[in-house]
Amino acid sequence: MKHKFNVFDALIYLVLLGVVVSALYPFIYMIAVSLSGPVPVLKGEVFLWPKDFSLNTYASVFDNPDIGIAYRNTILYTVLGTFISLFVSAAGAYALSKRTMLFRNFFMIMVVITLFFSGGMIPTFLVVKSYNLIDTIWAMILPTAVSSWNLIVMRTFFTNMPQEVEESGKIDGLTDIGIFFRLVLPLSKAILATIGLFYGVAIWNNFFSALLYLRDADLLPLQVIIRNMVLQGSGGANGAGNIGGDNLLIDESLKYATIIVTTVPILLIYPFLQKYFAKGALIGSVKG
Amino acid sequence: MSLFLARFNRSKYLLLLFLPALVYYILFKYVPMFGILISFKDYNPFKGVWESDWSGLKYYKLFFESPDFPKLVKNTILLGFYRLVFGFPAPIILALLLNEVRKQVLKRFVQSVSYLPHFISNVVVVSMMFLFLSPSNGLVNQIVEWFGADAINFMQDENYFRSLYVLSEIWQHVGWETIIYLAALSAIDPQLYEAARVDGASRWHQLLHVTLPGISSAIIILCILNMGQLLDIGFEKVLLMLNPSIYSTADVLSTYVYRTGIQAMNYSYGTAIDLFTSVINLAFILSANWISRRVSETSLW
Repeated sequence: MKHKFNVFDALIYLVLLGVVVSALYPFIYMIAVSLSGPVPVLKGEVFLWPKDFSLNTYASVFDNPDIGIAYRNTILYTVLGTFISLFVSAAGAYALSKRTMLFRNFFMIMVVITLFFSGGMIPTFLVVKSYNLIDTIWAMILPTAVSSWNLIVMRTFFTNMPQEVEESGKIDGLTDIGIFFRLVLPLSKAILATIGLFYGVAIWNNFFSALLYLRDADLLPLQVIIRNMVLQGSGGANGAGNIGGDNLLIDESLKYATIIVTTVPILLIYPFLQKYFAKGALIGSVKG
Repeated sequence: MSLFLARFNRSKYLLLLFLPALVYYILFKYVPMFGILISFKDYNPFKGVWESDWSGLKYYKLFFESPDFPKLVKNTILLGFYRLVFGFPAPIILALLLNEVRKQVLKRFVQSVSYLPHFISNVVVVSMMFLFLSPSNGLVNQIVEWFGADAINFMQDENYFRSLYVLSEIWQHVGWETIIYLAALSAIDPQLYEAARVDGASRWHQLLHVTLPGISSAIIILCILNMGQLLDIGFEKVLLMLNPSIYSTADVLSTYVYRTGIQAMNYSYGTAIDLFTSVINLAFILSANWISRRVSETSLW
């Protein structure tokens, strides 16, 4: 079908152009500012391209010991946390996808209830405290280890997996655990990549757990450092109190550079993984 | 009994695979649910949950009679309501616009770009808001001043809080939320469009009579789910935006729970407010589901 290009189409393209610009421009602007010298930034002359190009800001970002420690912490939490979350969720989801499992419906209801009801912030905080997780790296990993949405998406995926996989494993004398590790996991790379990305991004971006459970300055993740640098420095977010570190007057482009340095890993892996995750996000919407 | 043992024996390896998840759910989801008990007790950290003395509904009364109660409920409901009214249709509109784009490459490009903000942390988004909206040298105020107006201190002005919150929510999530609608759109039988065109339907009529009915069940399901989150305002983001000069519009139930419950250590009082919020949310989602089942025969369960 050929369509004549009319006002209707022009309007659609205009709106979509607006969407693209509003999603991309803030990042372009921040990159430009972070690569500019201090004078053009103060004068407000930077809009699209860096002026007085300099890498000094990035040098001072990497010289800052707080940022270095926080970077290392965030990477550690993300790698370890993603691995644990993915393993626990995949194993649990696989078990729930098998009709033969004892108490399957009971466990499933147990998972679904948590989608709609939870103990809330304070009971969870007190429980985490009573397990002695406060000010340990596990506080960033265990309390949010399993997301019920992700678990259900994975269960749906495993439910739709061909029966023959399991049968061939049984013939070879594998137990359910053997089937899961040797046959099912290698066939599930796309879903593991998708859910792994969701978990990884969630841990990388997690501010809430750090706010509640971490006081020790050596354990703080990047998100807290940014909050302390940008928001406390701007006189905002007093309600959140200050966690570790003190307020310094920080130069604007340093703030932008820190934000960019924190966000870049996500921006970099994003194009490679984005073809998977739209598909992965949809699996969950198919009723299983 | 022997049947039970046989079934147990058959599924013992599956149960073993489920064990780590089970331990997680018990330790971090169900133990805290029992912890809600402290809202009916005078929680004393040294005595623990069980040994603390019962206080009945004291903390609920305290909250309902508190001068902050009407303000907090109003702020929470208004913020949730605006997010629903503006945030819910936004991805539907974007999905419908994308659906009209004939060039697949262009469509995929817009989609990929629009998902991007979904992956940016709340800390970064709120930081960007503070920086871009800064009255001294923020980008937005440079534009405002260029038009000859005075710089506006957006983040410290209670009149802007709700708009900024809702707009930034839309900016972050609109693209991502189109995924489900685009899937529903691609499932519509192309023959229906053929038939409509043969009957002389314009693009506008096709939209009204083929496209919208085709995605109506997706719209209803997501509407029910959104209703259940009406009071469940994203805590992180509001807390990050919050400062005393905007308490009058920005202080919501969850930030109040954090301040009085965690920071001031009134654990029982905070938990009572939390339970109040959860129960209202549950009531919203149950009634939305019930109404939808009556009216449209589409429901979650």
